Amino acid sequence: MSPVRDDYIRPVDFRNGRVDLTHGGGGRAMAQLVEELFVRAFDNDLLRQGNDQAAFAVGAGRMVISTDSHVVSPLFFPGGDIGCLSVHGTINDVAMAGARPLYLAAGFVLEEGFPLADLKRIVESMAAASREAGVPVVTGDTKVVERGKGDGVFITTTGVGVVPDGVRIAGDRARPGDAILVSGTIGDHGVAIMSLRENLSFETTIRSDTAALHGLVAAMVDAVPGIHCLRDPTRGGLATTLNELARQSRCGMVIAERGIPVRPEVAAACEFLGLDPLYVANEGKLVAIAAAADAPRLLEAMRAHRLGRDAAIIGEVIADPHHFVQMDTSFGGRRVVDWLTGEQLPRIC
Amino acid sequence: MRFVDEFRDGALARGLAQAIAAEARPGRTYNLMEFCGGHTHAISRYGLTDLLPANVHMIHGPGCPVCVLPIGRIDSAIELARRPGLVLCTYADTMRVPASQGISLLKAKARGADVRMVYSSADAVKIAVDHPDRDVVFFAIGFETTTPPTAVAIRHAEAMGLANFSVFCNHVLTPSAIANILESRDVREIGTVPLDGFVGPAHVSTVIGSQPYEYFAEEYRRPVVIAGFEPLDVMQAVRMLVRQLNEGRAEVENEFTRAVTREGNAKAKALVAEVFELRKSFEWRGLGEVPYSALRIKERYRPYDAEARYGIGYRSVPDHRACECGAILRGVKSPADCKVFGTVCTPDNPIGSCMVSSEGACAAHYTYGRFRSVPVVGRGAPPKAAPAGVPAAEVAP
Repeated sequence: MSPVRDDYIRPVDFRNGRVDLTHGGGGRAMAQLVEELFVRAFDNDLLRQGNDQAAFAVGAGRMVISTDSHVVSPLFFPGGDIGCLSVHGTINDVAMAGARPLYLAAGFVLEEGFPLADLKRIVESMAAASREAGVPVVTGDTKVVERGKGDGVFITTTGVGVVPDGVRIAGDRARPGDAILVSGTIGDHGVAIMSLRENLSFETTIRSDTAALHGLVAAMVDAVPGIHCLRDPTRGGLATTLNELARQSRCGMVIAERGIPVRPEVAAACEFLGLDPLYVANEGKLVAIAAAADAPRLLEAMRAHRLGRDAAIIGEVIADPHHFVQMDTSFGGRRVVDWLTGEQLPRIC
Repeated sequence: MRFVDEFRDGALARGLAQAIAAEARPGRTYNLMEFCGGHTHAISRYGLTDLLPANVHMIHGPGCPVCVLPIGRIDSAIELARRPGLVLCTYADTMRVPASQGISLLKAKARGADVRMVYSSADAVKIAVDHPDRDVVFFAIGFETTTPPTAVAIRHAEAMGLANFSVFCNHVLTPSAIANILESRDVREIGTVPLDGFVGPAHVSTVIGSQPYEYFAEEYRRPVVIAGFEPLDVMQAVRMLVRQLNEGRAEVENEFTRAVTREGNAKAKALVAEVFELRKSFEWRGLGEVPYSALRIKERYRPYDAEARYGIGYRSVPDHRACECGAILRGVKSPADCKVFGTVCTPDNPIGSCMVSSEGACAAHYTYGRFRSVPVVGRGAPPKAAPAGVPAAEVAP
């Protein structure tokens, strides 16, 4: 009689194992990976049901849905990794509608040969972020592509939430006279990533600001239910977000350079790399536009929250048929803050 | 940040603006050409034009090395990049310049050419060291600022016996360009480009010193003031030029004393002289053939000369018919004069190189200043009282 227990299944080797094509094949190996890694880490009833989808009751209000793909390189960076980034990013997009995020779905495209130890680290980071935010990952998908056809791992997350009737926060609601606010220092995430890129490694204490902002948003909507716009300035930075909002709302903006919070280390790093902090990505900040009369109360609510300590009013919305975003420079002149052209490439001399 | 914040102080800027306005005599104009792309960028980015009196005009000169690269040379670089197994290393801005058939290095990269962005020549050497099985070519461009690092890269390669590294040399010289402009018909005879003085380049001068400009000041009777890159540097230099013109002087003065001396960097100059020699002639976009204005690699370092190694010929390619880059580089026209500016030609879809580099006159104007040519509601009136928390921004007259 074999001494091996009947119910024993050799566990996935997360220490030395690597992703291979069987993990995406739909067979036993994939089921085991899903069970031992994803279900165990994300740990919630809906996921444990083991269906290809999750069904849940929808409360009163309007449903909000958003999706984001994450291809950040490097996968691990000061302050975070692709895992928690994918959780925060989608939660934030849902929250920017003033919605309460409810559930997340996560799709993984894994490259053959990717170390399972790294995958475990990423998934556990996602799980921690999801737990901390109170937004569970209730369904997902795993695919594997041949070596060379994927950059380690790509993650797509989709989030759903609900926004109460009466709250209407959208990009086209800015009006001349409105105040423009930002929740904290800009440029942190992009510079943290840059510091690790090949050819550019420099020592720095700058960490990514990646964070879930739905708590901050809830506090803000509580203080000022009539907020006009919310958006998180990710790729393309603050400048791009302001230009998007200006175009959607068909108005112009004037901001004051002196009022924009930037960490000295971020400013210094941007200086010697030839980057403009206005165009550098953020992953834990938001832009808010509200009626001028509401601005002081909104600012107070933001500063009272952990993620809004450095919040500031940076400018105002004006009438402008060309939808320019203009900036009064700390130097005393005025310039246009235009859309980002291509990708930020530093000057040569 | 030291050496940065003090030179961007708004209060000092207003004081300087007032001083310049006080010294500039009404009834005459001061036409000053800034030669360096970094200055073009600084002027636009900080809105310095707002702070200067109406009779002080800044003219953008051919100081952007990306902008003066003729199409034919980019074609050669693309041809190199397309060779199987070859890695072409280049500075970032050069990647987007459109060459023949609208192809740029960036587009060639998207189609499979191995083109890599590097911050310095040292990065290119490292790539060659890390990939001994690949041929690596460094696309070297720039005025005197970037030439010494290229010389260092070649000497390092030689010291290491690096057989797979070479340089495609397109280095150009500042004094030759200045001479070319001063000799041009527009300036000398026709007077289309009134040119009273020069704001001298910053980093180039740290290498070559202030001495080479003395010839121009004396021979052509135009003052030159070498300025640093910060906006206060530029304003101070403008003030010094206005004063020289008022006093009828034509001297070389140095505003950038914290980095520039009369002799420059002797070691850097020696390194360059060791590795490079003058080309008899070189085509500059916008200026045409300019004698003794560019460098090539000396015979001794031939193994590291990509032109020799790969037998690169040169074919002159005229600019796109509608493109006014040439006239803009000479200061004859301004970006807004170009028929395709801002419509067909934009930073995302550039037709000419002036729109590619952020230091190009067209890109600088498009990014920071084009709103001036478009009537914007509320412009001209002082900004309204700012919302709580924002210090009121003042705009100098």
